[in-house]
Amino acid sequence: MLEESFQEQIDAERKIEPKDWMPDDYRKHLIRQMSQHAHSEVIGMQPEGNWITRAPSLRAKMILLAKVQDEAGHGLYLYSATETLGISREELVQQLHEEKAKYSSIFNYPTLSWADMGAIGWLVDGAAIVNQVSLQRTSYGPYSRAMVKICKEESFHQRQGYEIMAEMAKGTAEQKEMAQDALNRFWWPSIMMFGPQDSDSPRTGNAMKWKIKRQTNDELRQSFIDKTVGQAEVIGLTIPDPDLKWNEDRGHYDFGEMNWEEFWSVVNGNGPCNKQRLAHHKKAHDDGEWVRNAAKEYARKQELLLN
Amino acid sequence: MAENETVWEVFIQSKNGLAHKHVGNVHAADKVMALENARELYTRRNEGSCIWVVKASEIVSSETEDSEAFFDPSNDKMYRHPTFYNMPEGSKHI
Ligand SMILES: [Fe+2]
Ligand SMILES: [Fe+2]
Repeated sequence: MLEESFQEQIDAERKIEPKDWMPDDYRKHLIRQMSQHAHSEVIGMQPEGNWITRAPSLRAKMILLAKVQDEAGHGLYLYSATETLGISREELVQQLHEEKAKYSSIFNYPTLSWADMGAIGWLVDGAAIVNQVSLQRTSYGPYSRAMVKICKEESFHQRQGYEIMAEMAKGTAEQKEMAQDALNRFWWPSIMMFGPQDSDSPRTGNAMKWKIKRQTNDELRQSFIDKTVGQAEVIGLTIPDPDLKWNEDRGHYDFGEMNWEEFWSVVNGNGPCNKQRLAHHKKAHDDGEWVRNAAKEYARKQELLLN
Repeated sequence: MAENETVWEVFIQSKNGLAHKHVGNVHAADKVMALENARELYTRRNEGSCIWVVKASEIVSSETEDSEAFFDPSNDKMYRHPTFYNMPEGSKHI
């Protein structure tokens, strides 16, 4: 009965709000997906933070700093939205630390050269945008509103990355090689950011029925690839996929096999930087504990003074 | 587990003369920190000219389930709307 009227709301494109009745599995699915999204924004600051002190110019440094700060903001919008489902931020962080919650695998790859800042902005933020634009229409109100806000901020992220790639691609031979190398390393992990193929994605059914997701992994991936191929051509870089070619009948690009073995191995903790990313997050969290305690104690004393 | 921080709901007036609008929330130990966190989080691109922060626990909300009953009385009071009234033929600017 409740379940039926819930589905009617969804089918009528009405947003579900925190105090509305919702099936347990809807709530669980959202908590898992939204917290994973929030953790990704936060952990995603690390590979880029790695280059802030080594940015090649003051302009580049200011841009990167602003971008990384935006990502912190995205994490916070998403934690806030997740908390409306009745889970505390402390629990969410704890789940991350205990490896019960995941974050996007892409951030478990190292950033070896400045060109990686270009590749990440262009491809990783580019892929994130495709996903997030679609999620603006998600059925859960707070998630949808967080996505609208995030999407407004994202387009500068992708453009600054593409600008770095374009600059390097028309620089010295060595710079162009760095840009191509960054594209080679980030291409496949980027298109795997959309998750397993629909045929191997058991949760897609409910997520689509409940309109948590509005497009499937494969649809989103295809749309990202279709947008990106031309951008690579414009700056004279080559996407590292010999099978990539325009399919007139489908009206889309065909592309090669993704290496799912590597994908799952990174998801399960064996990527090049999994340990480092988590250890760094824990350390930052622990190192900040005295600040949180001091702030709380100060607030408590202020209250006492007033009463 | 650490105790949860106080949650503050954030309202921003985007420019002088407009109403404050809810934009989200922040965690903070006290009101000064809440305002500063709200500024950093919600106004990085000139989104506001004034910020309000209110402890989330202080907000009283009507219940969605009761909304029909709660808002019902207004539906049968059509005389609250200007279209309810018959204006004499030829009258203008009213
Ligand atoms: Fe982001
Ligand atoms: Fe971004």
